[in-house]
Parts: sequence; C-alpha cells; structure tokens
Amino acid sequence: MLAVRVIPCLDVAGGRVVKGTRFVDLVDEGDPPELAERYAREGADEIVFLDITAATEGRATLRDVVERTARRAFVPLTVGGGVRTTSEMREVLRAGADKVSLNTAAVADPALVWRCARRFGSQAVVVAIDARRIVALPGRPAAWEVVVKGGREATGLDAVAWAERAVELGAGELLVTSIDRDGTQSGYDTALLRAIADRVPVPVVASGGAAGPSDFVAAVLEGGASAVLAASIFHRRRHSIAAVKAAMAAAGIPVRPVPGAAA
Amino acid sequence: MTRIAVVDYGAGNLVSIDQALRSAGAEVVIARAEPDLEGADGLIVPGVGAARPAMERLRRRALVGPIRRWIAADRPFLGICLGMQLLFDGSDEDGARTLGVLPGRAVRLVGAPHLPHIGWNTVRRRRPHPLFAGVAADAPFYFVHSYAPRPTGADAADVALAVTDHGPDFVSAVARGHLAGVQFHPERSGRDGLRLLANFALLAGRAA
Repeated sequence: MLAVRVIPCLDVAGGRVVKGTRFVDLVDEGDPPELAERYAREGADEIVFLDITAATEGRATLRDVVERTARRAFVPLTVGGGVRTTSEMREVLRAGADKVSLNTAAVADPALVWRCARRFGSQAVVVAIDARRIVALPGRPAAWEVVVKGGREATGLDAVAWAERAVELGAGELLVTSIDRDGTQSGYDTALLRAIADRVPVPVVASGGAAGPSDFVAAVLEGGASAVLAASIFHRRRHSIAAVKAAMAAAGIPVRPVPGAAA
Repeated sequence: MTRIAVVDYGAGNLVSIDQALRSAGAEVVIARAEPDLEGADGLIVPGVGAARPAMERLRRRALVGPIRRWIAADRPFLGICLGMQLLFDGSDEDGARTLGVLPGRAVRLVGAPHLPHIGWNTVRRRRPHPLFAGVAADAPFYFVHSYAPRPTGADAADVALAVTDHGPDFVSAVARGHLAGVQFHPERSGRDGLRLLANFALLAGRAA
C-alpha cells in the first residue's frame, strides 16, 4: 500500500541551509547534502530544497548542491525556487533532482507548466501554490487567493481554480502552502487542503503551520493530503520524523517504516 | 572490476545511479553511443518521462540496435522506470512503438486513488530472484509514474516478477533470463535500492 510521505523542507541560500523567517535574519545551518543525508537516515521519504537565493547568480551553486546531495542521500529530491524556463529545469534535473517545483514563474506564465510537463513528464513537475484565506462574507464558503513572491504579492487568482488549471496544464503534484499558517505553528489549513484535494486527481502535499504530530495526522485525515511537509519542527528537532510517523501509523495512516527501526 | 554501462539519452538524472553503482564497487560508463558499450558487463537503461521522445533520442544516438542486440544475446540488462517500459511493444501514453523485446504494452494505471502514483510502496515478489537478494519481502521502493507494463503472451506470468497495489495490482518488476526491469527507482529507494543495484552489478560480474 502506498505510504503517506513525510518530507522535510530545507531553505537553501548561497549553497547553505539557512534558517530564519523567510528571507530575513538568515542563520547558517549547515551543508545541504549533509543535512539531507541525515534526514534520509532518520526516515525522510523525500527531501525538498527551496532555493531562496536571489536571482541568477546562484544557479551554479545550486547545481553543485543538488549533485552532492544526489550522491549522498538516496531518496527523492525536489528543488524549488528560481526555475523559469525548461532549460533551467533541465539543468536542475541533470544535476540529480527528481522534481522541480514551480511557483511564481508558473503564475506569471502558466504555459511554462505545460512546456515542462511535455518535455520532462508530469511526474517531474510540481506546482507550488501559496494561498491566503480571503475573509469570507457571511454565508459564503471559504476561499483562498494565490499569493506569490514569498507571500508579498497578491494575484487575485482563486487558489482552487489555479490548482485545477495547473493540473490540466500537466502538474503531477501540488505543494499547497497556507501563507496564513506558515511559521505560526498553528496547524495546517486543512480546509484549504481538502478544497484542493477534492478537485484534483494528483497528490497534494500539505505545507505551512505544522507544530506537532497531530497536525500531520489532520492534514491527511481531514485535508486529504498525500504527503506532509514541514521545515522548522524538524530543524529545531522539536519532533523527529520517527515520532511523526509513529503518530500517523497510530492513526491508521500507512507510512514507510524508518529504516533500521523495528517495523 | 565489473563495468556497468548506463545509457544517457537525456531522460532524467544519472547521478544517483552512478553513485550507487560506484559504492557497490562497480566501474560506471555513461553511454551516449554504441562504442561506450564495449567492454561493459551489464547495461542499465534508466529514464523518466514519455516513451516517444525517449525512443527518438535513442534512435538519434543509434542505440536502438545495440540495445536490442544486447538483450537478444541475453546479456545482463536492467531497465528502470521508463527504461523498463521501453522493453515492451508500445506505450498507451503516447502511442509510441518501443523496443518490442517483451510482448505487452505500458498501460495507464486504472482504478488508482491518485495519479501519478508517487511515493514509497511495497513490491511483492511472486518468485525469488537474485536481484532482490537480501531485500526484505515487504521492503518499500520509491515510485513515480502513471503507466505500468502489462505483459502478454505465453510467458506473461513468468515475466511478471513482482506486483504492487495502487488501487488494483500492477506489475512492478519483470525478469526473463538476464533481463530485468523495475517500475520503481532503486536509486531513490534508500538502502534496499542500493542493495538491488549492487545485486545487479554482482550478477553482471558473474555472467561476464
């Protein structure tokens, strides 16, 4: 039976793992391949690198980081951040990534999703959707707006409609982040996840707001997520991947046992 | 030292396969043309994406004939993901005609809860095979695909080495003689995946 994936996300800038409120007060946390290998050993089912290096000067550095990671951590690797063309995507895949996650560039140019899917296959194309809840009028259903550039810019796009469109264009997976919850440790926005998961055939990865193991369980059981992603709770070692998986298994969710641990 | 040729036809990353084989003590040749296969003990065709562009790239590199001849001589061969689907007659994904060394087609997974099928899933072997030596019976491997092979013909049941469920069962590994193929990605499947690639290198070394 297909296991629900637990995915640590690493923010990478200038070839290093950084920690901080996104984009500000960055603190160097170490070498990406080393941390990725550690997470793989501790049971990560996949690793996501989010490259937050500004603009283009960091491309060669990113390729080097991806290749060194692919040589050390034998788990799937997804890279997000900064890919705007099929040739940039090709570079990242050839360096050793399995999937590339498109966010702002896909909103600006939706046909990019189609071009990347046609060239590399849908399985390699993740569309990352950052969504912000819209204050609903009384009696109206909840709704979310797509935001870009790390949440600083609103687009006016309805998040569920964009999710459906992205899948039509060829996205093989959606990484759905609640910008309201991101960094707040108040739990995933399960209503957002459910609204999208019910409308698309592809796997939905939950992101933004995880504080403890019960949040991961809720993302799957209430939100319908196929995978759960978190950053700070793993980096700060507040909860181990094994603890998260144990809670999920106890709730009846299929998980891949942590390698080396008793089944 | 056992030498493994890994075909590079621009479909997906070779870094992890290269590293996995090296750590198993094999010598790796990235093969972009027929002369690169000379002296190799085993041949791996990896790959992700669609069948038609993959066949076009193999043709452009004049590798279709050499791969067919390699398999016809029953030399050690491992197809990974798309590299395994290409062994069959064709793919329903884009109607491409493929290598045709095994009877059957790559067909879309039906009745699956989500597509693509992405993640770690159990590979249930229907018979023992040295490729899986030392791998636990319920070991999960990493999958990322929407199509899987459906072997046909008199020996279809023998060719289907393992099955996996995503909705209904699909064939997740095939084998015949020194030919094998897996729908999952051993290079992304942690220790068990490394073991499988090391087993292939071992088999290739023995057959040489």
